Amino acid sequence: MNPEKARDSLRQLFADYAASIDDDRLEDWVDFFTEDAVYEIIPRENHERGLPITLLLCDGKDMIRDRVVSLREANIYNIHRDRHVVGEPRIIELDDSRYQTETSYALFQTNQDGESNIFSVGRYNALVSFAGGRPLIEKLTVVTDTASVKTLLSTPI
Amino acid sequence: MKSNTGTTWPTADMTRIPYAAYRDPELYKEEQYRIFRGPTWSYLALEAELPNPGDFLTTSVGDTPVIVNRDRDGVLHAFVNRCAHRGSIVRREAFGNAKTHACCYHQWTYNLRGDLVGIPFKNGVKGRGGMPNDFDMSKICLQKLVVESYRGVIFGTLSDSFEPLEDYLDKPITDHLDRLMHKPIKILGYQRQYIHGNWKLYTDNLRDPNHGGLLHMFQIRFGIARLSNWGGARLDKKGRHNISFTAEGTDDSGETKDYDATSRGEGRLTLKDTSMLKYLPEYPDRMTLSIMSIFPNVVFQQIGNSLATRQIRTRSENEFELYWTYYGYADDDEKMTRHRLKQANLAGPGGYISMEDGEAIELVHKAIVRDRESHSIVEIGGRGEPQDQDTLVTEVPLRGFWRYYCEVMGIEPDRRQV
Repeated sequence: MNPEKARDSLRQLFADYAASIDDDRLEDWVDFFTEDAVYEIIPRENHERGLPITLLLCDGKDMIRDRVVSLREANIYNIHRDRHVVGEPRIIELDDSRYQTETSYALFQTNQDGESNIFSVGRYNALVSFAGGRPLIEKLTVVTDTASVKTLLSTPI
Repeated sequence: MKSNTGTTWPTADMTRIPYAAYRDPELYKEEQYRIFRGPTWSYLALEAELPNPGDFLTTSVGDTPVIVNRDRDGVLHAFVNRCAHRGSIVRREAFGNAKTHACCYHQWTYNLRGDLVGIPFKNGVKGRGGMPNDFDMSKICLQKLVVESYRGVIFGTLSDSFEPLEDYLDKPITDHLDRLMHKPIKILGYQRQYIHGNWKLYTDNLRDPNHGGLLHMFQIRFGIARLSNWGGARLDKKGRHNISFTAEGTDDSGETKDYDATSRGEGRLTLKDTSMLKYLPEYPDRMTLSIMSIFPNVVFQQIGNSLATRQIRTRSENEFELYWTYYGYADDDEKMTRHRLKQANLAGPGGYISMEDGEAIELVHKAIVRDRESHSIVEIGGRGEPQDQDTLVTEVPLRGFWRYYCEVMGIEPDRRQV
C-alpha cells in the first residue's frame, strides 16, 4: 500500500477506535476487530518481566462481544465518561497489507461530580491488516504504564 | 461498648458496626500498632517469588514498607524498609537480586539478614569527621520481622508476642492452604487496584457470601450461579479467618422467584464464548469457588481454575491498595496456563464477578462520612455466636472478623443486645 495512504488510514483507525469508546458506542468498538482477534490489557510491569497475566483478555471477537453485552446488561460499575487522547502511530510495515503499530494513549475518566482523572496511560501495540481497503485489528495489546487500576476497570481502553 | 476513641459499639455479637469504625483517623492509627504491629501474622509474599538466594521484593505490612529476601543460605528474612540512619527507604525497587541493601541517601549498607555492615567514611578523612570512635555498628540493624512460611506462603510479624503461625492460622485455614499449595506453584503475574475506601469495607465484602449473587449479576444474568447453590462458610475457632465456598451447577431448588424483588433478575443472557467458564477439576472435592480470608491482610481466591492471593495494603483510613498475585502450578502445560489466563477475566480489578466490589466499597465509604454513631445492620444468617454456615445467604463470617478486631483493638464489649 502507498505509505502515505497507509499512514492516513491507521491514524483514522485509532481516532475512530477511541471515539467509539468515548462516545459510548461500544457495539461499534467491537467491529474494529477481526473475527479471531485478540484484545488484551496488560500492566507494563508484567509485560516487561515476561509475566503473562492481563487485566483483561479477549481471545476472539466473541469474547469481545461478550464483554460489551456484560457491561451493558450485567455489570455494575462507576458512572463515568471516557476521554482518549491518542498519539501519532509508529508504523512498521510487515508486508503489503499488514502493519505492526505502536501508539501512545492517555485515557481520562470524568465522574458525575465533573472531576477528571487520569485513568490510564500507555501504548497500543496493534497488528492491523487491510482487508478490502478497510483496516481491521488482528491483535491489540494495550500495555498500561498505569498498573494500579483506580477503583475498577469496566469500559475498554 | 466504647473504643478508646469514644465510638460506641451497640452489640457484642457485632450485628451493628458503627460507621466511625471505617472513618475515624485515630482508629486507623491505632490499627497500625495493635493489628499490623500487633500479635497477628501478616501475609508478605509467596516463596515462589523468591526462588534464589539474594532474591528480594518490597511489600508492606499495613502502611509500613517492608523488604522480604532470601539470604545466601536460602533462609527468608523480612525487615522494615527504612534506614536506621535517617529513615530513608533503603530498597526502592519492587523486586530483584542483591548481595546487600544499600541506602542511596548516605550509603549505609545492610546484609541480607538486615544487619548494618557498612558506613562510608566511618572513620572520617585524615582523622576528621566520621562516626564517634565508640559507635558500635554491630548493634544497628533494620527493624526485623519474625518470618515463618507455611506451604510456601510467607507470613511475618512485628510483634514479639505472637502465637505459633500454625496455631494462628488454625483449621480449616491450614487444611485449605494444604489443598491450594499441594504442589509447587509458578507465578503468572500481578494486578493492582487502588480503592478509595476503608480497608475493612473490603474485609467485610470478603466475609459476606450473600453479596455474590446480588451485586455480581454476571453470574445471575448469564445463568452461571445463584445464591441457591450449594455452599457456605467455614470459620476458625476465633472466627477471625473464613473460607466462603460454592460449587457451580448445584442449584437444585429450581427457584427463580427470589430474584423477583430485585430489578435485575429478569432474563437469561448467553455468552457467545463460554470457554472462560469451564472448570477443569484439580482438587479432590467439589468446590469450584473458594475465597479464604486470613486476618488481617490476605485473601486466597480460587475462582474455577483462576488462583491468586490478594494482599491488602492500607494507605490511610480512606484508601487501600489491593495487590493481586496470580499463580498456577509448576507442572501446568501450555493449555492449562492459557486456560488460567483466560479465566482470570472473572476476578480482578476488571473481573466479570469482582469489578463491582470497588464500586460498592466506594459507595459505602462516601455515604458514611458523617453520623459516626450510626451503624450498619448485620443480621443476615442470624445473631449470636459467629459459626460455620451452610448457606450462601449469610453475612455471619463478617461478624467473626469484627469480634476479633475488637479483641485485638482492646475494645471491651458490653453485653447489650439490639
